[in-house]
This record gives sequence, C-alpha cells and structure tokens, in this order.
Amino acid sequence: MKKNSVETPSTHTIHKDPGARKEKTIHIVLLLAATVSLLALFLITAFVVGEGWPVMVKHGPLNLILGTDWTPSRLSFGMLPQLTGTLLVTLGALLIAVPLGVGCAIFLAELSSEKVANLLRPCISLLAAVPSVVYGFLGVIALVPLLRSTFGGSGYSLLAGSIVLAIMILPSIINISEDTLRALPIDYREASLALGSTRWQTIWRVLLPAARPGIVVSIILAMGRAIGETMAVMMVTGNRAKVTGALLDPGATMAGTIGLEWSYAADEHSSALFALGTFLFIVIMLLNGVAQLVTSRGRVSQ
Amino acid sequence: MMQSAKISVQDFSLYYGAFHALKKISLGFPPRSLTALVGPSGCGKSTLLRSLNRMNDLIAGVRVEGRVSLEGSNIYDPDVDVVPLRKKVGMVFQRPNPFPMSIFENIAYGPRVHGEKKRSRLQDIVEQSLKSAALWDEVKDRLDSPALKLSGGQQQRLCIARLLAVEPEVLLMDEPCSALDPIATEKVEELVMDLKKKYTIVVVTHNIAQAARISDYLAFFYLGEMIESGVTRQLLTNPTKHQTEDYLTGRFG
Ligand SMILES: Nc1ncnc2c1ncn2[C@@H]1O[C@H](COP(=O)(O)OP(=O)(O)O)[C@@H](O)[C@H]1O
Ligand SMILES: [Mg+2]
Repeated sequence: MKKNSVETPSTHTIHKDPGARKEKTIHIVLLLAATVSLLALFLITAFVVGEGWPVMVKHGPLNLILGTDWTPSRLSFGMLPQLTGTLLVTLGALLIAVPLGVGCAIFLAELSSEKVANLLRPCISLLAAVPSVVYGFLGVIALVPLLRSTFGGSGYSLLAGSIVLAIMILPSIINISEDTLRALPIDYREASLALGSTRWQTIWRVLLPAARPGIVVSIILAMGRAIGETMAVMMVTGNRAKVTGALLDPGATMAGTIGLEWSYAADEHSSALFALGTFLFIVIMLLNGVAQLVTSRGRVSQ
Repeated sequence: MMQSAKISVQDFSLYYGAFHALKKISLGFPPRSLTALVGPSGCGKSTLLRSLNRMNDLIAGVRVEGRVSLEGSNIYDPDVDVVPLRKKVGMVFQRPNPFPMSIFENIAYGPRVHGEKKRSRLQDIVEQSLKSAALWDEVKDRLDSPALKLSGGQQQRLCIARLLAVEPEVLLMDEPCSALDPIATEKVEELVMDLKKKYTIVVVTHNIAQAARISDYLAFFYLGEMIESGVTRQLLTNPTKHQTEDYLTGRFG
C-alpha cells in the first residue's frame, strides 16, 4: 500500500498531462502580449524621434539642449529653459510631497487608529481621482493669487507648478509607502520595542530603513508623473521660456510647452516640439534608471 | 521563593477582551537562575511572559488585574514608563527576528537608541555581546554582512546578543529553540546555561526534556492557571497535582 502511493506520482510526472499543453498556450499568449506592448513602445519612440529628427539634424542636439532662447517665430529652439523648468518644478514637487507623503504614510500605518485610517484612506484615493485640469483650475483661482499677494510678482511661477504637482503626486506616495510599511513583519516592531526603544525610534531607525525600497519606488512613480504632467502645470507656471533658478519666477516645462504650442505649431516648430518630446523621453528614462539603481542597491544592502 | 524574587507576579489575571487567559497567577522568579514555564499549547505561557515586560500593551483589548513586581515595585503602576522597563526586562522571541541590517548594526541598535554615540564604544559593546552570545568566532570577519543571511540558530544567538547589548537584568525567552535544529538548539541551551549565572532568566518551552536540562525552577500551566511550581528536579520526579503528572507522562499536550 505504502509502496504504491510512493510510485504513483513518479510514474505520473514523467508523462505529459493535459495541463502542460494548457500551460504552454498561456505562455504563448502572454509572450504575445509582451511583444505587442514592446512593439508599441518601439513604434511610439520611433515616431517621436523620427518627427523630431529634422530639427535635431539642423541645429544639433547639443545646441538644442544648451540653447537658452526659445522663439519659434524666429526658428530659434533653445530648450534649456524647458529642461531646467521641468527639473526645478519636479524637484520642488518632490521636496514638498515626499516628506509630507511619507509622513502621512507613517501616520496611517503606525500611529493612527484603524478607524481614523479607514476614514482618511478614501479621501486620499479621491485626491488621486481628481482630473489634472481641476488641479490647474484650483491653482489659478486659489494658489496663484495667494503667491501673488505673499511674494509679489504675477504669482504664475515654477513654485505654483511645484505645489500643484506636489498635491497631485501625494496620493501615490502615501499609498505605496503605507502599503510597504504595513507589509513589514510585526517582528521588527516587537523586537525594537522589546529592546526599550520608543515608538518613534522604532519607526525612524527600523521601519523606515526597512521600507526604503518601497518608498523609493513610490518616489520614482511620482517623479514620472510629475515630469510628464502637462495640463495643470501649463495652467500655473506662466510658460515663460527663460532660464531661471528662482522658483518664484515664471517658467516653462517640456510637457507644458508641447501641450501649449502643439495646436498651432507647423513645420519646423512642430518638429522642434517632437525633439523636445524626445528629450522628455530621455530625461524620464535616465531618472528611472537612477532610481532603479538606488532600489537594487537598497536590496543588496539588506 | 517569593521574598527573594527578582521579579514576581501576584494574583495576576489577564483578559483578551472577554477571554480570561491568565487566572490569578502567583509566581516568583529568583535572581541568577532559570525558571521554565511549561504546559500544553494555549495554556498562557507566552501571555504570562509578555506580561513581564508589558509587551501585551501592544495588543488592543488587553486588561490586567493584580501585580507584577520588579524589585518590589509594580510595573503596572500608572506612572511606570515602559521604555526603561523593557530595557531592564528584555525578550527573545520564538522566531528569530533580526532587523534587516548588518550584524553590527543589529547589535549597535539598542545601545544607540539608549544614547551611545561613540563608534569605539559601540565596537566594544558589539564584540562583548557577540562573545557573550557565543557567536563572535563565527561572525567576527563579516560584521557588515546582512544579519538575515545567517542561519536560524545564528540568528537566534544574534537576537540574544542584541538583547545583552542593552544590559538587561531579566531575560525572557519564548520557546527560543522551537525554530532551530538540534545542533543549534544545543548551542543556545549551552549559552543559556552560561547566562543564568548572571541574569534572571524565564524560558517558555513545551519541551520537558529541555526544561529538565536547563532550568532550576519549573512552573506548570494548564488552561490559564498555574497548577504548580517548584524546584525542577523535585517537580519532575514528584509532581503533586494530577494534571502535572498527566502532562509529564504524556497523556496530553
Ligand atoms: N492576541 C490575542 N488575542 C486573543 N486571544 C489570544 C491572543 N493571544 C493569545 N490568545 C489566547 O490566549 C491563550 C493563551 O495563549 P498563549 O499565551 O499564546 O499560549 P501558549 O504560549 O501557552 O501556547 C490561548 O487560548 C490563545 O488563543
Ligand atoms: Mg506560546
């Protein structure tokens, strides 16, 4: 009896069972899906690069990147203003949203009662569901006047863009960071508290470092969204294509410029917008790469 | 036994919501000796152990009655701060739970949160603690490698070292060997035998043979009650209560 029950499975596994064929089919379907999406990505890239190519060749990529004057009417396409504008707005948004978002995540995961957390969480999801044009609107009617009366100037500024973006990227930072914190084993908390550390020391020295990979991922996603965001940013930054380091100055972003000028651009101007899009692509890829590196290093050190 | 106890519980009851998990327990733990808590699974051993450094405070709906005295003062008094209490009364858990950091950082963690900043002093503490936990020779060349890469038995000894680094007075251990293989178990047992010369140790175990090997005193629990306690050898050879005898002869648990 015992012998039989041992032998049955082994004779069974050397024959192909019907499940194996089904698995193969699934495998092929998934492979196909992956190929199609890769192909789509390739086509989009090829199209954007192709359309931008004439301007790239005519002016040279380095001149485009380092050029400080963007005047389409004179066929002058220096993209440094948009490049720095994008980086500043994104950096500003992250500086505001990361501490706030991670703080919220800590509160929800570690400090608040389940009741309060369950009340707050849907509100945060709602924040993510608001269309970006609405954020732009709120920026124009509330934030821009506030900045104007506080700091002077027009109020349309890179800072306004940063603040609006910060609010927009907050939900994803909060959600992913909270999930990461909640997924940490209770053992870490118990071990730390049992050594006589305070709750805050436990959060700061044990839980946050352990959750770092997840938090970095949330920041990557937020950054991707911030760099590519068009409508809300376009509505509040003032879209002045001039290189500036001051957050209170008006400025332009890459995505904002494309969104704004696309409807009337023709010929070389339109090609220049595609070239701008190509650089936007590259910037996002580079930042993603850096972030990937950070996460993989984080994982190794654990 | 009650008088000279380092830590003792008196008429101590604990409720998880409506569930009465510990019923009027009175028991003392003498200094520089090892007391084992034994009994069938679910009888409240872990609950009692976690009551001794108020780890049960973390569980919602827990209510206690009675006293737990550490050197005469009740740790459940309203003005007691659990942070210094837990520094004095430390705990090793059933599952080894090192932090996801290097070996060095794991051990330096406790001294750091208690204010030690000097690198050289931390290095001394780490070395001393690892030596006391009989782990130094195995890890001295890779203090910077992740603690989670150690074997289960090494991880548990690391957790003991991490605990020793904060200089506790009482060590609580909840089935510290249940996740370990026999060789690792033997190492931890040897270590505990050595540590009890210095510390007051309370060990939960469901392994009677282990309790016989390592403990000086024994307390037997059943369904939330302490049935009897005493010197290990006497209690094992001469139990006075029939539940104890049934348990020891393997009729349940
Ligand atoms: N967090 C909890 N909430 C409710 N009941 C619990 C909790 N922890 C333990 N218990 C119950 O208390 C009793 C004692 O548990 P425990 O102390 O873990 O037993 P032991 O360690 O002796 O196996 C068990 O009946 C268990 O189900
Ligand atoms: Mg237990």
